[in-house]
Amino acid sequence: MSPGIVGPGTPAPEFTLRREDGTEFTHASLLGKTTVLVFYPFAFSPVCTDQLNLYDEVLGEFESKGATLYGVSCDAAYSQTAFREQLGVRIEQLSDFEPKGETCRAFGVYHPGGFPQRALVIVGPDGIVKWSYEAPSPSELPGANLIFDALTGG
Amino acid sequence: MPADLGSAPVPELSPEDHVRGPDDAPVVIEYADFECPYCAALVARLAGAQLRRVFRHFPVRSSHPRAWPAACAAEAAALQGRFWEMHDMLFADQGRLEDPHLWERARALGLDVERFDRDRRGDAVRARVRRDFESGVRAGVVTTPTVFAGGRTYSGQFDPAALV
Repeated sequence: MSPGIVGPGTPAPEFTLRREDGTEFTHASLLGKTTVLVFYPFAFSPVCTDQLNLYDEVLGEFESKGATLYGVSCDAAYSQTAFREQLGVRIEQLSDFEPKGETCRAFGVYHPGGFPQRALVIVGPDGIVKWSYEAPSPSELPGANLIFDALTGG
Repeated sequence: MPADLGSAPVPELSPEDHVRGPDDAPVVIEYADFECPYCAALVARLAGAQLRRVFRHFPVRSSHPRAWPAACAAEAAALQGRFWEMHDMLFADQGRLEDPHLWERARALGLDVERFDRDRRGDAVRARVRRDFESGVRAGVVTTPTVFAGGRTYSGQFDPAALV
């Protein structure tokens, strides 16, 4: 039984993800700015495609709210880059490939099927989770409006 | 001033909207993109249905690089009173959405092509398209086509039989 997605007010867990250039993205990378982690099940699956395309279209508005978005999946970094380039989106990808799903587990968004739930986690500049959301099913896409609500509120 | 993209209900019909169909028919608000094949399929399926149809732009450039130019072309045609004609012509041939294809359609409709070309690149037309897009984002649209009808939201698929 998984403990469920990290909730608002709790410190973001310690974790290590791999950036597209191979360097590490860790808890320390969250500090000093607002981060939106967009967990998605698989690179190249059709639904994820719509979600990242849409968020990319309003990236300017996210930036104006001081928020940086990252896509997170258990795919290898090379696959994520290929996916990002195929979509033509700018959202940087972070890989939870090895040990597989460890970061997703730490955030409470690991699906028993071996992939991230479709989930959103906003972490404030202080490293505290500001807001989180898990879609009722991996095929349901959370609208960008939900992220803007969370960034504006509180 | 960046737009507020927080949640808001889908806007009611307004005089700015592109509307067609009988006044007393059920209202169907479509958020769509001229390069989206599922939107073209929906448009084909709804052709001739007794519906009051409202078209709103929801172009997403990374999935459909010509969606924005096509949306702006439809708005530029609207400024010469020919929105729906351009709408139909764009959906009828999604393989041809480059600039020369847009000019060709403008000529075929008898538009003032020079004015059309100026308008479609202008700020007013872009702002008009973006306004539709933002209203869709605020209403939670994530994919095209998304239809609002009879108090419900249909994401990706819509069968008009659901309304009768």
